[in-house]
Amino acid sequence: MPPNERATRLAARVASAEKVAVAAALNLIEDRRAQSRSEIEALLTALGKERAPSFGHRIGLTGPPGVGKSTLTAALAREYRARGLHVGVLAVDPSSLRSGGALLGDRARMSFDPEDDGLFVRSLATAGDTGGLAYAANAGVEVLATAYDRVLVETTGVGQTETDVEHVVDTVCLVIQPGSGDVLQFIKAGIMEIPDVIVVNKGDHGKLAQRAAADLRGALDRLRNAGLGDAGHGTPLPVLVTSARDLVGIDALVDIFEAQRARVSEAELLERRHCGRVAWAVALFARRYGEHGLNTMGGRVALLDEVDRALVSGETPVGVVAGLGERCLARLRSPI
Amino acid sequence: MREKREKREKRDKPWIMRTYAGHSTAAASNALYRTNLNKGQTGLSVAFDLPTQTGYDPDHALALGEVGKVGVPVSHIGDMRALFNGLPLDQMNTSMTINATAPWLLALYIAVAEENGVDRKLLQGTTQNDLVKEYLSRGTYIFPPGASLKLTADMIAYTVNEVPKWNPTNICSYHLQEAGATPVQELAYSLSTAIAVLDAVKNGGQVPAAEIPKVVGRISFFVNAGIRFIEEMCKMRAFTELWDRITKERYGVEEASFRRFRYGVQVNSLGLTEPQPENNILRIVMEMLGVALSKDARARAIQLPAWNEALGLPRPWDQQWSLRAQQILAFESDLLEYEDIFDGSHVITAKVAEMVAAAWKEVEDIDARGGVIEAVESGYLKQRLVESNAARLRAIESGEQVVVGVNKFVETAECPLTKDLDDAIMTVDPAVEKQATEAIKKWRAERDQKAADAALAKLKAAVKSGQNVMPASIEAARAGVTTGEWAAALRDVVGEYRAPTGVAGARLDQLQPNAKSKVEALRARVAQLTVELGRRPKILVGKPGLDGHSNGAEQIALKARDVGFEVVYEGIRVTPEQIVASAIEEGVHIIGISILSGSHLALVPQILERLKQKGVHVPIVVGGIIPEADARLLEAKGIARVYTPKDFLLDNIMGDLVELVAKAATTHAAE
Ligand code: B12
Ligand SMILES: Nc1nc2c(ncn2[C@@H]2O[C@H](COP(=O)(O)OP(=O)(O)OP(=O)(O)O)[C@@H](O)[C@H]2O)c(=O)[nH]1
Ligand SMILES: [Mg+2]
Repeated sequence: MPPNERATRLAARVASAEKVAVAAALNLIEDRRAQSRSEIEALLTALGKERAPSFGHRIGLTGPPGVGKSTLTAALAREYRARGLHVGVLAVDPSSLRSGGALLGDRARMSFDPEDDGLFVRSLATAGDTGGLAYAANAGVEVLATAYDRVLVETTGVGQTETDVEHVVDTVCLVIQPGSGDVLQFIKAGIMEIPDVIVVNKGDHGKLAQRAAADLRGALDRLRNAGLGDAGHGTPLPVLVTSARDLVGIDALVDIFEAQRARVSEAELLERRHCGRVAWAVALFARRYGEHGLNTMGGRVALLDEVDRALVSGETPVGVVAGLGERCLARLRSPI
Repeated sequence: MREKREKREKRDKPWIMRTYAGHSTAAASNALYRTNLNKGQTGLSVAFDLPTQTGYDPDHALALGEVGKVGVPVSHIGDMRALFNGLPLDQMNTSMTINATAPWLLALYIAVAEENGVDRKLLQGTTQNDLVKEYLSRGTYIFPPGASLKLTADMIAYTVNEVPKWNPTNICSYHLQEAGATPVQELAYSLSTAIAVLDAVKNGGQVPAAEIPKVVGRISFFVNAGIRFIEEMCKMRAFTELWDRITKERYGVEEASFRRFRYGVQVNSLGLTEPQPENNILRIVMEMLGVALSKDARARAIQLPAWNEALGLPRPWDQQWSLRAQQILAFESDLLEYEDIFDGSHVITAKVAEMVAAAWKEVEDIDARGGVIEAVESGYLKQRLVESNAARLRAIESGEQVVVGVNKFVETAECPLTKDLDDAIMTVDPAVEKQATEAIKKWRAERDQKAADAALAKLKAAVKSGQNVMPASIEAARAGVTTGEWAAALRDVVGEYRAPTGVAGARLDQLQPNAKSKVEALRARVAQLTVELGRRPKILVGKPGLDGHSNGAEQIALKARDVGFEVVYEGIRVTPEQIVASAIEEGVHIIGISILSGSHLALVPQILERLKQKGVHVPIVVGGIIPEADARLLEAKGIARVYTPKDFLLDNIMGDLVELVAKAATTHAAE
């Protein structure tokens, strides 16, 4: 079967949320062999035709280690399922060793009914992309977003070690726990990108959580008054207390996500997704080839522009980064 | 002559001698207990099967392959009657290794005693009931930590006056060592557990402050003793010293008798080997010395494993051999004629002081982390244990730690004891499960359903409102409620828990130079395979069924990560369905199943069947306690390789896994 036809068929099976097909598609997009590239691009192009470009909602949960992101992701997935929505989860694990090996621990926190065809969880190791979202994450989200109504992406990180998650999702939810004052510091110092929602998890720790939420709201108000860090749309940034353990505040959080999704216009959403892809591709390129690589390709601004045009013309981010990489290496290798 | 007789008259009373036993049915176990008592055993130690320990009836789907296997099933008051039929409960000292369902089993025991006209005030024995070590090692927990602690506190508050001779909880360090703990970790983690339990009682409001010393006096311990028996003996003295300090300083106990460190022992089993298993009896004897030699820190009760520990379940004769070792030490030797023989030894004193200081530092560290419960929930303690166990295995693999017959002195003549290997262990008749499944249905059909329903409703209400769980449980026992129903009622109210696996964040020490080159060669091979496959080889390590033996799975997972695999490991007690779902969703190249409880023939075919049904073709390996004949059976069904404890060279196992993935990739490419 020619690769394009194979990709079209696989994409159709992904769209009907056939688990084995979704898994096969994810296996393929993780495949870094040169010979697989055209097939990956064909798949991504085919996936793009299966759904309206504004389909679904992609939500990123990010935050420091151990605050309960996985537990919360599991709770959110259950809540969405209870509302009849299908959910795909991508748990991105940054903890790989120098050997490249990784223990993908998030899944252990999310036990689900194995018979449920409306729920899919995949772990993804960053495999050497230090500090960043895995190479395959962008494409992984595309696969899951074709199969499921809601896609949840879990990543670890906060502040300067930002994870690029904002480039692959529509909504960023920062998860913290009571007593983690550093987040407040990051926000005050303006180091951190302001997320769309902030959740103070482990609310079962009592007053501590409520106080942390109040502190955050105060700090954010001051920022707003100073004309900084607006959550957009003129509404204050939602700050919510949850207990993923005791399932408190989960439905309210889903309500907020759903409301945010309903509020953005189709044009806004498409613009955000497009900009996200451009930014993700450039960030990944920069991480691989460094400042020197960026300069070799004409500098960051020029590159953003180039990627933007390439994507508009129908290329996929994965293809663009791979192509740029080859050209960059060729230039670096060629004698001056 | 005269002097000799005098000495004999002054002999100390021996410790209580027990054998951890139970299998098949209550009636069969009752018969076994009687024989054991006739052989001179002085206390009973009940081993329950895994469904009873995890709160499922024999006809529950999760009980499949486990009923009556590693212990006795006790599903209702009828089983409890049969288990102790004809045994005088007012004279017995009964130890029950029961934890999550401890309130229930004690309720059944009390109900049966009272039916026989025995006052509950006369009952003597122990319910293990230490949930912290279940999360960290043993794995038969059900409820979240907070709820578990409340149940333990309930039992303490109830028994302190109602069953005053009962040890409601036995804080365990035994299982910590079996999960790899160092002596200092054993000391610190178990003492921190005792602190959490006593704090819960103190702050729970069920026991008046004036009675706290009495409560402290009822806390007993269950300790391990390994092959480094001098250090182990010092550990027991360190325990004694630290417990005295904690009870005095933290709980203000004045009475010396309430501050005494009372403990029972099972000696180390983790170090008992599959190769040259006859050597194990010698290890067992030496380990017993560690807890018997020092009079001031001598065990109150001892139970010993059997020589064929690493092969499978012991037969009555195997257990008798170990009991005889105790009897010879107690009755033939002169051990019990002396005061403490180490008093005044500056060597011992210094070692004890060193251990006390190190353990105290850890106790304070755990306190600073918010206490033992917090340190369980955050995964910190489990991670430390996994790291210690990894260090232990590495030392054996590299030869730095000598294990005779395994990594040194491996040359051996044929052992007559193991000529017929598969007969050298006890096997449980598979028909037992079917009979139990039918019997429980009959029990439910014949009881007064209204009374059972009412008792369950009352139980739920009691738990919901925070009342003591014991009175409602005893009523439920009398009303014919089953173990599964009791646990389901509590699961409904307080929920279930999955403990951290400890592997994700575990760090390993630097490798010894001689071990390094092998690991580096493996890493290079994995890197090459990664290029060939297009992505990193990915393995799922799965633990199906109720089996809680996680050591092997954890260490395989860690080692696989170490050589470059991506590893998915979801912890214990996942179903075959979940394993297959995870394997598909995660896109793994190979599946590794670990089963030590003996239910491999029930569970592995289920996984294979389901994988086939879903059209998944990846190599599958199985590890654990798998008798030779069963290994051949599994291989015939399509399992690529079977590993048992004799395969202690993890590097070799990793080499196999890599090649299996490589081979599967080429056959697929060729298809
Ligand atoms: C340590 C231990 C425990 C610890 C477990 C701690 C833990 N978290 O793992 C504790 C004390 C808690 C425990 C409890 C029990 N135990 Co236990 N335990 C053992 C013991 C002594 C050693 C097992 C071990 O950890 N070995 C070290 C590890 C590294 O080795 P391993 O798991 O065998 O793994 C190696 C290979 O098998 C293989 N492998 C294993 N898994 C995998 C997976 C893959 C993918 C691969 C490639 C390889 C592989 O590679 C490893 C490297 O060499 C064995 C006897 C023995 N000496 O083997 C009994 C034993 C397994 N236990 C037994 C029993 C009965 C119990 C209980 C059920 C008793 C009871 N009635 O309550 C309880 C309950 C536990 C539960 N929840 O299921 C029986 C099982 C009987 C049977 N199969 O017929 C045994 C055999 C003892 C006996 N002879 O009676 N136990
Ligand atoms: N008390 C309490 N504990 C929680 C809650 N949510 C999660 N936890 C616990 O916090 C610990 C970490 O939870 P995870 O869900 O693994 O956290 P995470 O943020 O995904 O962690 P990493 O992926 O390692 O960064 C676990 O022990 C959870 O049981 C909560 O709402 N309350
Ligand atoms: Mg996580």
